[in-house]
Amino acid sequence: MRTVTYTQILRETLADALRRDPRVFLMGEDIGTYGGAFGVTRGLLQEFGPERVRDTPISEPAFVGAAIGAAAAGSRPVVEIMFMDFIALAADQLINMAAKLRYVYGVSCPLVVRTPIGGGRGYGATHSQSLERLFTGVPGLQIVAPATVSDASALLQTALAGADPVIFLEHKLLYPLREELPEGLPPALPFGRARVVCEGRRATIVAWSGMVPQAERAAELLAAEGIQAEVLDLRTLVPLDTETLVASARKTGRVLVVEEGPRTGGFAAEVACRIFEAAHDSLDAPIRRLAAPDCPLPAARNLEAACLPNAESIATEVRALVR
Amino acid sequence: MDLLTCHEQMLTIRRFEEAVERLFREGRIGGTAHTCIGQEAVAVGTAAALQPQDAVTSTHRGHGHFLARGAEPGRLMAELFGRATGYLRGRGGSQMMMDASIGFYGANGITGGSIPFAVGLALDAKLRGTKRVALCFFGDGAASQGVFHETLNLAALWKLPVVFLCENNGYAMSTTASRSLAHPHVADRATVYGIASAQTDGNDLLAVRQTVADALDHARCGHGPFLLECRTYRLSGHSRGDPREYRARDEETAAWQREPIARFEAYLLAQKLATDADLTARHAAAKARIEQAIQFAEESPLPDAASVAQGVFA
Ligand SMILES: Cc1ncc(C[n+]2csc(CCOP(=O)(O)OP(=O)(O)O)c2C)c(N)n1
Ligand SMILES: [Mg+2]
Repeated sequence: MRTVTYTQILRETLADALRRDPRVFLMGEDIGTYGGAFGVTRGLLQEFGPERVRDTPISEPAFVGAAIGAAAAGSRPVVEIMFMDFIALAADQLINMAAKLRYVYGVSCPLVVRTPIGGGRGYGATHSQSLERLFTGVPGLQIVAPATVSDASALLQTALAGADPVIFLEHKLLYPLREELPEGLPPALPFGRARVVCEGRRATIVAWSGMVPQAERAAELLAAEGIQAEVLDLRTLVPLDTETLVASARKTGRVLVVEEGPRTGGFAAEVACRIFEAAHDSLDAPIRRLAAPDCPLPAARNLEAACLPNAESIATEVRALVR
Repeated sequence: MDLLTCHEQMLTIRRFEEAVERLFREGRIGGTAHTCIGQEAVAVGTAAALQPQDAVTSTHRGHGHFLARGAEPGRLMAELFGRATGYLRGRGGSQMMMDASIGFYGANGITGGSIPFAVGLALDAKLRGTKRVALCFFGDGAASQGVFHETLNLAALWKLPVVFLCENNGYAMSTTASRSLAHPHVADRATVYGIASAQTDGNDLLAVRQTVADALDHARCGHGPFLLECRTYRLSGHSRGDPREYRARDEETAAWQREPIARFEAYLLAQKLATDADLTARHAAAKARIEQAIQFAEESPLPDAASVAQGVFA
């Protein structure tokens, strides 16, 4: 066994793919010598050289678009967008090209776009957003959001071996996460299988990415009060594991969906609706949502903290839900 | 702005940025910030050439641009501390500051994000017949954004009163300009759009002031946009805690020999525009100004968290 961080396992998984598959290459801003803004690709330039670990100019639409073309031609590009906020610049290429290639053109596009999301570091309104909602409604894009160290590798391996575009979300607060794991990489995991983080009968808490550890902590707080909450980690938003969601909702009859981004138009609404459609007759209370308020995320620490859901606010919601 | 005021401004910016780096190290401020040590002459030389009605847009590295345009160090510092007295009451932070009342239309966390915005300011000036010119700071890194090309074309097509000022400090994060630009001179991009252009030494305050003044005149007289490239060097790391592993310390030492403040002081002394005692006094004054700014920020209240969701719409 060994202790390994989220950052480190991502790096090892990328290195493994680069070693095994000559079609794989990495591309992004400052991913070479600098190792990426969060250090994920540190050291990879030294091992694989500048052709396969390519620093790009600050030209998101150009290099994302180029990655899509390279993928369509048979390469396996892994692109890093330094902060998910900047994916807005490349949104056209992802939405109007990558997402359309298989269905319309009949062409495979094995592209992985890795990108950090989320707040909690005081980076301000254009470096803290969780913009997965912009892409979950675009058929053709898979949205992956691992919340643990082993899932980070397991899901990245699946993304790297896949045939269709993946937007791979890495919450900034998860990078330092540690886990005890055996040597080597954990086995790959298919998309579309939610993880039952902990079991409980009184309520279901659904979360993904950075909200999973918060939900887990909330469940601990609640357990201490005798409220057994079940925590589900979506792992992938697209495809969505409706089956596991519905099974849990039927069991507990009470559901809270937690989302870091603003409330309106969030993916939590989709989750809630899927559950309601299939399990409304088993629900003992209206489904609740906990999300950030509908405002940009401010920079000041106390303002940012006031916006983001956390273990305490999740526990408060669950208490109200089971009352 | 007279020459001694320019000197004072450059010192204020230098001391401010040094303080920012120290405050991060001491854990007294959080988030992130990009400092502009070594680039003060670009900010101050430009501000000295601007007229009060002119508009400026900035970048993620905007403290110097803002201070030179007349920002109060205390309120700027308070924004970094996330206090209610900060320019944006803590909502913006280092990369998002704005004070339209002094013609400062914003730092911007998105590289290249303010380039088309500046052209909008110029379009407004043209449509409403004000004598305003919009001046847009951007970096060598931002020159690689597609929107830069689109905007140059648009501004040239509509002959808008805008000055694009590329602060070429040699780096975009760890990427040298030579590794991000296929052609080394950003100013040459002007040619294909039929835009006037110039290049100048961005560490020479007088050269910057003169070249910017000429560019502003050109735009103000209705000759359309101007693309100006100021070559300088980012003595700072990219952002807080940048270990700068991508460049040699020798390179930095050599760059320090060309830094703009000592160079300008040598000029002031040689021209007998100031004495050693004048300069010493100004150094002390700048230091005190920044100490006061920190004190103001630290003693200021936190913004009200209860109203955090308010103000999204009018
Ligand atoms: C759209 C976008 N892409 C990437 C970044 C990350 N980033 C911030 S500053 C920077 C480098 C900018 O270089 P340059 O334009 O030369 O300005 P400098 O930092 O040298 O002042 C990068 C890559 C960003 N903020 N926005
Ligand atoms: Mg630069």
